[in-house]
Amino acid sequence: MSQPATAYEVVIGLEVHAQVATASKMFCPCPATYAGAAPNTHVCPICLGMPGVLPVMNRDAVEKTLLFALALGCTIPHDSKFDRKNYPYPDLMKGYQISQYDMPFSVNGHLDVDLPDGTVKRVGVTRVHLEEDTAMLRHESGAGGERYSVVDVNRAGSPLMEIVSEPDMRSPEEARRYLEMLREILRYTGVSRANMEEGNFRCDANISLRRFGAPQYGTKVEIKNMNSFRSVQMALEYEVRRQSEMLDRGEQITQETRGWLEAERRTVSQRSKEQAHDYRYFPEPDLPPVRPAAAWIEQLRVTVPELPQTKRHRFVEQYGLSAYDANLLSTPRARAEFFEQTIAIAGAARAKQVSNWLLGDIARLQNAHGQEFEHITIAPAQVAELIDLVERRVLNSTTAKAVLERIYTSGGSPTAAASDLGLVSAPAAGLDALLATVIAANPRAVTDFRGGKANAVQALVGAVMRETRGTADAAQVRELLLEKLARD
Amino acid sequence: MKLHDLTVAEAARMLAAREVSSRELTQAALDRIAAVDGRIHAFLTVTAEQALAAADAADRRIAAGEVTPLTGIPMALKDVLCTRGVPTTCGSRMLERFVPPYSATVVRRLHEAGAVAVGKTNMDEFAMGSSTENSAYGPTHNPWDPERVPGGSSGGSAVATAAGEGLFSLGSDTGGSIRQPAALCGITGLKPTYGRVSRFGLVAFASSLDQIGPFTRDVRDAALVMNAIAGHDPLDSTSAAVPVPDYATALTGDIRGLRFGVPKEYMIEGMEPGVRAALLESVAALEDLGATVRWDISLPSTEAALGVYYIIAPCEASANLARYDGVKYGYSNQTGASMWENMELTRQHGFGDEVKRRIMIGTYALSAGYYDAYYNKALQVRTLIRREFDAAFEQVDLIVTPTSPGVAFKLGEKTADPVAMYLNDVFTLPVNIAGLPGVSVPGGMSEGLPVGLQFIGRPFDEPTLLRAADAYQRATSWHTLRPPL
Repeated sequence: MSQPATAYEVVIGLEVHAQVATASKMFCPCPATYAGAAPNTHVCPICLGMPGVLPVMNRDAVEKTLLFALALGCTIPHDSKFDRKNYPYPDLMKGYQISQYDMPFSVNGHLDVDLPDGTVKRVGVTRVHLEEDTAMLRHESGAGGERYSVVDVNRAGSPLMEIVSEPDMRSPEEARRYLEMLREILRYTGVSRANMEEGNFRCDANISLRRFGAPQYGTKVEIKNMNSFRSVQMALEYEVRRQSEMLDRGEQITQETRGWLEAERRTVSQRSKEQAHDYRYFPEPDLPPVRPAAAWIEQLRVTVPELPQTKRHRFVEQYGLSAYDANLLSTPRARAEFFEQTIAIAGAARAKQVSNWLLGDIARLQNAHGQEFEHITIAPAQVAELIDLVERRVLNSTTAKAVLERIYTSGGSPTAAASDLGLVSAPAAGLDALLATVIAANPRAVTDFRGGKANAVQALVGAVMRETRGTADAAQVRELLLEKLARD
Repeated sequence: MKLHDLTVAEAARMLAAREVSSRELTQAALDRIAAVDGRIHAFLTVTAEQALAAADAADRRIAAGEVTPLTGIPMALKDVLCTRGVPTTCGSRMLERFVPPYSATVVRRLHEAGAVAVGKTNMDEFAMGSSTENSAYGPTHNPWDPERVPGGSSGGSAVATAAGEGLFSLGSDTGGSIRQPAALCGITGLKPTYGRVSRFGLVAFASSLDQIGPFTRDVRDAALVMNAIAGHDPLDSTSAAVPVPDYATALTGDIRGLRFGVPKEYMIEGMEPGVRAALLESVAALEDLGATVRWDISLPSTEAALGVYYIIAPCEASANLARYDGVKYGYSNQTGASMWENMELTRQHGFGDEVKRRIMIGTYALSAGYYDAYYNKALQVRTLIRREFDAAFEQVDLIVTPTSPGVAFKLGEKTADPVAMYLNDVFTLPVNIAGLPGVSVPGGMSEGLPVGLQFIGRPFDEPTLLRAADAYQRATSWHTLRPPL
């Protein structure tokens, strides 16, 4: 990976918040999904933090967090607990957030990040813990220009996973790659929708610079307010420039929190170290400690799906795919599964054809229909049959595409669709007679061919294709013609 | 005997025999409130109309034969328990107009059992206090001597039952807030094992210490109320999934061979002579019943309990009370220039001094740099106190102590000295720290005022605890005395 033109080593650690995809909220029965819901309709006394109410743990959220932690190779401690993180803010209904402080659900994981130059970088994952999300504030202005804020409590109490990395990344690009791969695993495991634009995947970054070879880390700066992977990378690149210029001038970096201003493409100071909150964490007395049973962990461990990275490598080895194709096929998970389900029917020898269909025409149709792969309207058996028809030369590449489009929109078997469309090739035996007829009817082309104009055979192929209304396999026709002309 | 002076068990028998109706019992309680509450101020809200409607419903249930021992019985609820559609103030200006859209699990269970709520009772603000003088709505007076405090923080509920303004009541006990006022008002007050009764809908003071329990005229009534309110609640993760026995059938009257102990460390200098005399006399009564009592058991960390309590409880309170910011419900001061200023003004004017004091203590003790020295240390000593009780319960079945070192004191006597006020609870708060069940029963009179006797049991061993306290009441008559109102 290319180093920026600077004397400093860049040190980056990331904190990611991902909403856990559960039916209900973390501590109450309200629905956890609120996209499109009218403000303050997915609320109850518990997530509103009213007097006297108590939290009850959502087992599914705990289970998904453990599953994700296991996917990152984390250790699951025998004892964990929830804590109260105290700070006053109008988006925090109780005046504290139920989170995990010193005894999280999981510790010591890692993520192997594939870098564009083909190398793999192992990034340590310090911990994955669970907490509750806050409400959303909307800042508005009245008719007279007066400014005020409104609170929407729908999001408050949704389960939120915090994934903290070690300061192992050495460039903004690595950071971005880490995020992309983390998102991929979140989606693969079904733990989160992990969509940054929807707000269910958020990232804060810590970045510091030091001279290469220096034993100590430099002073770190936290950056917030980035709402896309691109802005994470841009904000970090901006900070690399800002901090290295300061260091070049012999200035001290201030430990602080800075906000990314997307429109201005720069970061600004939000809060100094001295202004940092004292969260006064203490154990949540309303929830008993959590001691995940070993049997539960083992049950979850076997349900961790094969991760995309492993899958990619296996696709290359097992099916002889190119790394590029294997990479595309491995994600989303539904496509990787579709690929292997099709191979289970069509046979591993046809892996390349299956891959070509999935990444070519099927991807094109999927895009044209604006569909997620998860909702694709075609089944592995149909694709396997289509490949078989082509292989048996019942269909050629052109007619096969027509059949695919038909079954994609109307369903049914490719054989039936081909027949409906009148696209079934003349059987090879019938072709023989047709070839004889065409040769007889085109003496000029035959003469040219025999006179050394190899291309003249194309005229004959074209004639056969016309006669068969395109259903014949052109390559096969050409082959048979050449055979016949050589014999005669 | 007057209707308002009955025990729950007597009233239930009369209801079943159709000798009285729930409407008559309820009307008697309401009449009693009208007659005496102006002098003692036990109630913050009286829900006469709803009570009479509930009484009529109970009478229909009784006519249909669908009764529980509490069906048709008038009761009072501490104003810290959420009651759907009825104001729940916690004795604070902060919640002056707060009407919860839900009921506490205990309130729901009592309602389902057919008990009739006549109103909400006065208390120290957010249950912080030992005299009910910290209420934003004025103090409650002791029915034995209106110049004196009823104890606290559940003073209103204790007085309601002592004065016949209901046949029983519910309170909450974080450091003695049921047992101490029960002692000072001459009635029975039970703090169950932590986790025995659901806390859902109990406005939190200190979550790891709070527990709801009954005030009754005798131990049998306490058992009847416990039968209705005890048990696991899916809405409270700290409520225990321990099976609930029939507490009433545990009251056999037989305590022969039961082993009692009086901890050495409880025989403190500050114990009033009348209290000490009552303890000695009560111990003799237990021995007469065939029990053994030893005076050499030891709870060495007793002295540290007060300190532990006044760290843990304020720490938890500082978080529990953070939600009162004037934005969502209750009192809101909007005279400031900004949201933050309004929040500060709301808390400045919405909370009383004792509440502010505890929020500040808790905030301080949890702050960076102090957490280990205070909160963590307190947790360690808490474990030590628990273990000492465990060790004591290897030697004895029950511990017996005075409930409070003294009898009811005068209003205003201790308000200027928080520590003197806190010392009222030295015998009760170790029980909360250890999460044990404790009951206070009338154990004598001193200077014309009731003295409380406290029994402490093993976790979830309310049956033995109540059996002992009931046997004691069968042998004594202190619990039959009524205040001269």
